Amino acid sequence: MRKNKTYNKKKIFVVFVAIALVMTVLAGRLVYLMIFCSEYYGVKAEDLHQRERSIKAARGKITDRNGVVLAANKTVCTISVIHSQLTDPEKVISLLAKTLSMEEADVRKRVEKVSSMEIIKKNVEKQIGDTIRGYRLDGVKVDEDFRRFYPKGNLASKVLGFTGADNQGIIGLEVKYDSQLKGTDGQLLALTDARGVEIQGAGEQRVEPIAGDDLILTLDYNIQQYVQQETYRVWQEKQAESASVIVMDPSNGELLAMANAPEFDLNDPFTLQTAEPGGQPDGTEAPEAEKQPASEKERQDALNRMWRNNSINDTYEPGSVFKIITMTAALSEGVVSLDEHFNCPGYKIVDDRRIHCHKRTGHGGQTFVEGAMNSCNPVFIEVGLRLGVSRYYSYFRQLGLLGKTGIDLPGEASTIMHREEDMGNVELATVAFGQSFQITPIQLAATVSSIINGGTRVTPHFGKAVRDSQTGKEEILTFPEVKTGISPEVSEQVRGILEKVVSEGTGNKAGVEGFSIGGKTATSQTLPRSARQYISSFLGFAPADDPKVLVLVIIRKPQGIYYGGTIAAPVAQRIFANILPYLGVEKQASPAGEDAKTQ
Amino acid sequence: MGKWPLKRQVAASDKTIDYPLLVCVLLVVGFGLVMLYSTGSYNGQVKFSDPAYYLKKQFFATAIGLAAMYFTAVTDYHVWARFAVAGYVISLILSTLVLFVGQSYNGSRRWLALGPLSFQPAEFAKLAVILFLAHMISRREKQSRPLAYLIGVFALILPIVALVGTNNLSTAIIILGIAVIMIFVSYPAYFPFLCIGGAGVGLMTVFLSMEAYRLERLLIWKNPEKYEKGYQTIQGLYAIGSGGLFGKGLGESLQKLGFVPEAQNDMIFSIICEELGLAGALLLILLFFVMIWRFLLAAQHGQDLFGTLIGAGILGHISIQVILNIGVVTNTIPNTGITLPFISYGGTSVVFLLAEMGIALNLSRCIPKR
Repeated sequence: MRKNKTYNKKKIFVVFVAIALVMTVLAGRLVYLMIFCSEYYGVKAEDLHQRERSIKAARGKITDRNGVVLAANKTVCTISVIHSQLTDPEKVISLLAKTLSMEEADVRKRVEKVSSMEIIKKNVEKQIGDTIRGYRLDGVKVDEDFRRFYPKGNLASKVLGFTGADNQGIIGLEVKYDSQLKGTDGQLLALTDARGVEIQGAGEQRVEPIAGDDLILTLDYNIQQYVQQETYRVWQEKQAESASVIVMDPSNGELLAMANAPEFDLNDPFTLQTAEPGGQPDGTEAPEAEKQPASEKERQDALNRMWRNNSINDTYEPGSVFKIITMTAALSEGVVSLDEHFNCPGYKIVDDRRIHCHKRTGHGGQTFVEGAMNSCNPVFIEVGLRLGVSRYYSYFRQLGLLGKTGIDLPGEASTIMHREEDMGNVELATVAFGQSFQITPIQLAATVSSIINGGTRVTPHFGKAVRDSQTGKEEILTFPEVKTGISPEVSEQVRGILEKVVSEGTGNKAGVEGFSIGGKTATSQTLPRSARQYISSFLGFAPADDPKVLVLVIIRKPQGIYYGGTIAAPVAQRIFANILPYLGVEKQASPAGEDAKTQ
Repeated sequence: MGKWPLKRQVAASDKTIDYPLLVCVLLVVGFGLVMLYSTGSYNGQVKFSDPAYYLKKQFFATAIGLAAMYFTAVTDYHVWARFAVAGYVISLILSTLVLFVGQSYNGSRRWLALGPLSFQPAEFAKLAVILFLAHMISRREKQSRPLAYLIGVFALILPIVALVGTNNLSTAIIILGIAVIMIFVSYPAYFPFLCIGGAGVGLMTVFLSMEAYRLERLLIWKNPEKYEKGYQTIQGLYAIGSGGLFGKGLGESLQKLGFVPEAQNDMIFSIICEELGLAGALLLILLFFVMIWRFLLAAQHGQDLFGTLIGAGILGHISIQVILNIGVVTNTIPNTGITLPFISYGGTSVVFLLAEMGIALNLSRCIPKR
């Protein structure tokens, strides 16, 4: 056998050195991976191992101005099964089917499905959840959860809105104040192996949820309830398409009530209700009246119509109520005085058009105030023409009625007005008595408020304050107020005229003994005019000399008598009679002789 | 060359066992069992409802291996010269047999069933090749022309490389690597090996581009997160990266819970990194390095060329496997299935590795003490 030689030893040393070098490189690579990439890979690995379950944060409550809860949370349970932990599937199937009153086949399908976790039923009442928990079934999980609950059912449904499955607001205040109400969801982190099985003893990390803040409204539950009842009453009596009433404080824009009949049940917002005025004020509907819509799209459209807040999302032709704006502009510009004489032959010729008064026979000779009391169109056409387009239009801008009010509800519609440059004398004349343009009820209420409160443009709103869920501190919400340039004197003159409209004129059915009430009626025809359908409305405020409350009643497409002064004014009258004492407005000693006229 | 520091004549009376090597081997084997239990308990539980399933089997193999090691350590290594050719032939037969009657596991047909036991001929082939080449090279009286010599020696092991390579490319590469190192050591010149290296790279390029899936492997290597097949690699990297400096602690790996597939096999080093951190991983590499260093000394102090070549072969074998395994796990090189010696799960492997260690221990008796 050959002896080894020096070069053998030398070459094996060369091999060793090469190996040492390579191993050093690998060690370097390890240092790089484990020190410099450690965070990158560590985070990725952690993501892989952690199963995240969110813990729903309790949504903030919504209360009225006195603390009456309008929207709260109710504990509900989610029942699910973990397939790998089931020991007695048959027992689980039969017990769950019985307790949850579900078809056994449905339960069986879910229980027998091989998945890490299968939900059997959501939104189960807590009581039933507790019963199931009491069975102590292996592999059955009962998770508690919150569900939005509206204790007052359909009260102010289109204002409050409701939430969806993920606790997010879908319409109404629930959307507008979603960020304050929703809170921050917590998390439950558990470590799992590659099959998704939680590792025992690995410990759960819990990040507590932060409850949402409470929203305190300017809305008054008692007023809302009464107003909603009156809205339903007139809606049903008049077999109207819909009816809306807005009650606000004209001095600051706080909305005390907003009812839109028909309302819908906030606890069951996805069930279509018939829009026929046969429903009950409490929202219960005759089931046979329900019609199954043909398609999913139709169903969604029907739901959207049901949820629509007509006072904010829809515009209408305001009619004679708009004369308040015309008289304000005219008095401010000095183009008319209160006792100036006018003559109404029953029509007025503007350019080549003959525009009729609602009283075809004419009002004859009358002062400006009497013209307002009679709601005489030729008087206001004359006044409008005296103002001219640019002066008149400048008041629209000043009063802020061309845009949106900025109310804290989603989906507000804008005023649809002729463009200034497109406005001729005929347009000017029709606008002067409230026709040929469209405005939302809330915009009209806000604009009139800005006139009668002494000239401050207010932002109508429902949000009064937000109460922090952690500190309990209340943050008062503020809304913009702008000077309109309307003088307190003009404001006072307008109030005086409108008081006369109620005490002696077309609005006399709104009068309440012992209270001074101002107001204006309106009867407008919907488009197309040939359909002979009307919108009756009345806007009133009290006390007339220092308004504390403004009421706007709108009845769309009533059957039978449709004059605003005949059907809308009495609604306002009942509301005033009821809420003025409630609001603490002092009764005045009524001057003798006035009673007879208000009857 | 006279200044070669370790070139001292050794008296026969100095021939005692090389304790540093023995300690290293026992430490690595013991460490391997602990890590195997840690990494294999989850898979054992899931597949066999027995967390100690893999440990028990490996423990049994280790016991056989230690007995084999004792036997080879006390047997004069020159004895193996007599069995070298026979052993090589047997390994050829077994490797042929496995192609036809072998059992498959995870899609590879690599095992021969012997009653309740299974045997992986490729593991035996590595040891057989080391002994066979050492024997054949040292027997040659005179070197013929260089090229003929090199080709001749390569031709000797080509059959086993081809046989093993048909279903276990990684082991074929290891065998080829061992052969290259042994021939390199046995031959004085350097130049031919540069040519071999160049030719190897060239062949590899052709080999890779021949089949699309081999090129894909390169793409996965470069960007494992983008490919589904990069799953194993990326899970290994997650494990390594989440280990940090000192690891999560023994038994605390999460990646072994089914994320790194078959964590007790090829990818076990990634779990070692995760549980024991950079410190533990470097310590293990150091342990292997000391072992390799003792092989170097044993080879250099071999009484004859046969001993030196056996030493070189063993050194090559352990180094190649350690380097390739860690290279794969750290995604330094493209993925190929190579186990980490003494630590990855595998009965046949540990038996023959320990037997090999016995031979190295016998060889290392010649290392001068003190």
